[in-house]
Amino acid sequence: MERELDFEKPILELEKTLEKLRHHESQGRGGHRSLIETLEKQLDAVRKEVYRNITPWQTVQIARHPHRPVLRDYIEDIFTDFVELHGDRCFGDDHGLIGGFAMLGDEKVMLIGHNKGKNVEENIKRNFGMSRPEGYRKALRLMRLAEKYNLPVVTFIDTAGAFPGLDAEERGQHEAIGRNLTEMARLQVPIVAVVTGEGGSGGALGIGVGDVVLMLQYAIYSVISPEGCAGILWRDGSFSAQAAEALKLTSASLLDLGVIDEIIPEPPGGAHRFPQQTADTMRSVVLKHLKELGALTTVKLCARRFEKFSAMGKFIE
Amino acid sequence: MGWFSKSEVRRDTQKLSRDDIWIRCQGCRAHVFKQDYYDNLNVCPKCSWHGKLTAAERINLTFDAGTFDEMNASIRPSDPLSFVDGKGPYTEKVEQSRVKTGLNESVVTGTGRINGVQVVAGVMDFRFLGGSLGSGTGEKILRAANYACEHKLPYIVFSASGGARMHEGILSLMQMAKTCAGIARLDEKKVPYISVLTDPTTGGVSASYALVGDVNIAEPGALVGFAGRRVIEVTIKQKLPDNFQTSEFFLEHGFIDCIVHRKEMKQTLYRILSYYNRSGRHHGT
Repeated sequence: MERELDFEKPILELEKTLEKLRHHESQGRGGHRSLIETLEKQLDAVRKEVYRNITPWQTVQIARHPHRPVLRDYIEDIFTDFVELHGDRCFGDDHGLIGGFAMLGDEKVMLIGHNKGKNVEENIKRNFGMSRPEGYRKALRLMRLAEKYNLPVVTFIDTAGAFPGLDAEERGQHEAIGRNLTEMARLQVPIVAVVTGEGGSGGALGIGVGDVVLMLQYAIYSVISPEGCAGILWRDGSFSAQAAEALKLTSASLLDLGVIDEIIPEPPGGAHRFPQQTADTMRSVVLKHLKELGALTTVKLCARRFEKFSAMGKFIE
Repeated sequence: MGWFSKSEVRRDTQKLSRDDIWIRCQGCRAHVFKQDYYDNLNVCPKCSWHGKLTAAERINLTFDAGTFDEMNASIRPSDPLSFVDGKGPYTEKVEQSRVKTGLNESVVTGTGRINGVQVVAGVMDFRFLGGSLGSGTGEKILRAANYACEHKLPYIVFSASGGARMHEGILSLMQMAKTCAGIARLDEKKVPYISVLTDPTTGGVSASYALVGDVNIAEPGALVGFAGRRVIEVTIKQKLPDNFQTSEFFLEHGFIDCIVHRKEMKQTLYRILSYYNRSGRHHGT
């Protein structure tokens, strides 16, 4: 699943040259040290330059990058002692949405999130991170368990959307998501939601009703995919870039609109290039919010969440 | 109707063309007399296919005459994203819808009586931007829920919507969480919430307040579903059965309590509401 992003070309070319030089150097055919150092500095500058000016449509491509870290990566990088819990107790176990007990630093949490695959086989197993109703029902079961054990919930959002299939409809995809929105609104433990890649519509929101909603810098969050929006409102899927612009789906726009609370910065070059650095930043931001939310009483917490979502939207009266 | 108004009607009829007299039923494809169709509450007299109603028509049909009292009528869409698509700015579409329907948003909310029982209601109107869930829609549905909660009055929402309103982007999506937060409060205060699904109830509305009623009632043959039919056909690469995503389909799969003919709707709502034991007396020990 190699895919090179067009706008990253200047970065990729330098990276390839550097790789070759380093390879030579490592085989003892030296003499390139100073050139390598110059190129490294150049690469750094180019990365910053490219990432300073990215468009919403380019952000969409970064958010979907096949090398972008998925939940499994974050579990390895920043969580410890993950105990995966399976099944919705009604129908089955969804592999596109997973969850379980986990430790983040010294905080015990209930971790729930979409999980895309890293290759074709895994993506087929995980249905490309598109959950069926049993995924949302498993998520709700785990949230209720978290409530019982008095554990905060941390959700990781990364899905193109809830799975649009015959079986998903039969088992009530709409009801499953609607139920989660209703129950999350009054869950009596803190909820921190993090949009890590694609925040695809109802499938994302189905685990996204958080006291705090965080977003990685180059993630996206939208009511519809730019392609879908272009197909409907422009009657032509090739207007996706325009639709991406119009939908205001980048982290900066969402912060302006009051939909997210904080942006978790990614190094210039993106999480797909710097997974550990991104994960470390995310860890400290999530921990900070968990500590703050942990200080609130349950009554205050629930009232705040209600007020927060009540205030969403803009209209004229 | 007096003799004078009768002759008025006849004179009008003489001027009508074929299309003004006949309507083609979208269910059985038969041509039916338009007046018969309207007299039958926009239901085909031959096959009982249920056509759409405007919010005003629905209100007239559901509430005791003169009891509906609208609230928050002045709420209307703003243009938070300054949205412009291939066909022009969002603000223009809003204005067209407002002129066409005389409404300010895709839902009308208020209080009214059903056979004397006081309730709070939200009635969606599909003509207003496809009944889409905008910020104003969400705000009105939430405020009505809060009012119901505060006054311990049963809440009824008649849905008719294609889903979220793309022109308001992510803020439209957030209305799903916002409206459901209101529904959750009703549940906590043990205030009844009845959802009535009419044609169509799909996308973001189906995946928020429409299917989490204490009782979910649907009109016959209404399109109900999360994902669009074409999206599903493309995803699974096969044709879907004809009855797929109808009220009957979801009754069969356990997501709808009952399918009720439009003529019986008011009485059914009344019967269900009569089981709400408002006094809070407990039975047993």
